[in-house]
Amino acid sequence: MPVLSKERRHPVIFTLNGEEVEGFAEPRMLLVDFLRHQLGATGTHVGCEHGICGACTIRIDGKAQRACLTLAVQADGRSIETIEGMAAADGTLSPLQQAFHENFALQCGFCTPGILMSMEEFLETNPDPSETEVREALSGNICRCTGYAEIINAVLQTAKQLREGAE
Amino acid sequence: MKPAPFDYLRAETLDEALDALAEYGDDAKIMAGGQSLMPMLNIRLVKPAVVVDISRLKDLDYAKTDNGQLDVGATRTQGDLAGDPSLADTVPLMALGLKHVGHFQTRNRGTICGSLCHSDPSSEVPLCLATLGGQVTLRSKKRERIIDAADFQVDMLTTDCRSDEIAIAAHFPTAANGHGYAFTEIARRHGDFAMVAVAAIASGEMIRLGVGGVAAKPTVREWPVLDGQDLEDALNEFAWDLGGADDIHATARYSREMVRALGAQVIKEALDARSV
Repeated sequence: MPVLSKERRHPVIFTLNGEEVEGFAEPRMLLVDFLRHQLGATGTHVGCEHGICGACTIRIDGKAQRACLTLAVQADGRSIETIEGMAAADGTLSPLQQAFHENFALQCGFCTPGILMSMEEFLETNPDPSETEVREALSGNICRCTGYAEIINAVLQTAKQLREGAE
Repeated sequence: MKPAPFDYLRAETLDEALDALAEYGDDAKIMAGGQSLMPMLNIRLVKPAVVVDISRLKDLDYAKTDNGQLDVGATRTQGDLAGDPSLADTVPLMALGLKHVGHFQTRNRGTICGSLCHSDPSSEVPLCLATLGGQVTLRSKKRERIIDAADFQVDMLTTDCRSDEIAIAAHFPTAANGHGYAFTEIARRHGDFAMVAVAAIASGEMIRLGVGGVAAKPTVREWPVLDGQDLEDALNEFAWDLGGADDIHATARYSREMVRALGAQVIKEALDARSV
């Protein structure tokens, strides 16, 4: 593959929430900025820009990752999921979103997309978590409003619902 | 902040990446998972002219046990290694240590070899490799060499990896019969950089303790099996020898106390965990 010059913007094509999208990025452009400014997918938020706060968490090929610690050019050819793809097309909330709504698990909402994307993968890999495991998994996302208690309740409630639904 | 401009090469083969290093030398930076390099780029602590992305080198995405060691390729992520249920039997110390590395979202992308190359004094992977007495394979266009962890880790954020070399694999000695392993650390929040991290190995004949987060690189000491006052004295001497300094997270005195307390704790755990 040829070297992509810093002087130019280069085409980047990937699947975003099931649809193929295209934009142009300088090599240094962060994936989170590409999502927001090139594609207008502003549901993914930008917080600390060094991987600590978790606000920009998205899923790349199914795995929750930091969009601020990924270059846009690295996303080429990948399958990416963001918060925009979580609810159904008619606006029906996902079970996790609904549980956040019912448990008052958000206040200002800035951290919420990152937390939802993280917890969605967490519950897929760990359908029956203990409260300690939920707390540990949440350590990668900072919320300055809620104090986390409502978020933990929402995640545990979702896990229970999904398990009961699967039975 | 945003990174300073750089050219970008997505290597399709290892040779392509090695050619790029031979050409650009110090001006190039290798990126595997990028979970240490990207923050450094974003904060502009590093401003390479070229970023060479090796993350798609499938050939290096492996972990295999061979000849008494676990070989981990350059693009194997921390998450994939930690997710392998056999790790607790093959290299128990790594199974314990990896739980403390960042968060699951960064482990999903961050690599074992990348963490070794970043060489943060408080990181868990370099501490485990040093305590186990593991090795790293470095490859350049011209040659390949295998060096011991103790020689690889030179100083804070500094390794012996030269500007034309890539750390293509790390080698962790597998669990030995009759040995026990233990790991713990203290950090402000789960997943934060450790103020003090400790790893222990114990057999019927010896105890070995590795300490991270205090000196500029992981430091390892070995004793015959000690207990009571002898062990306390040995740990106290080790704590002072590490020469920690006051920083915003912990005073040197606090770090020494943690080395003594957590050191005694993991040594006991390792002795209790010895396999029969």
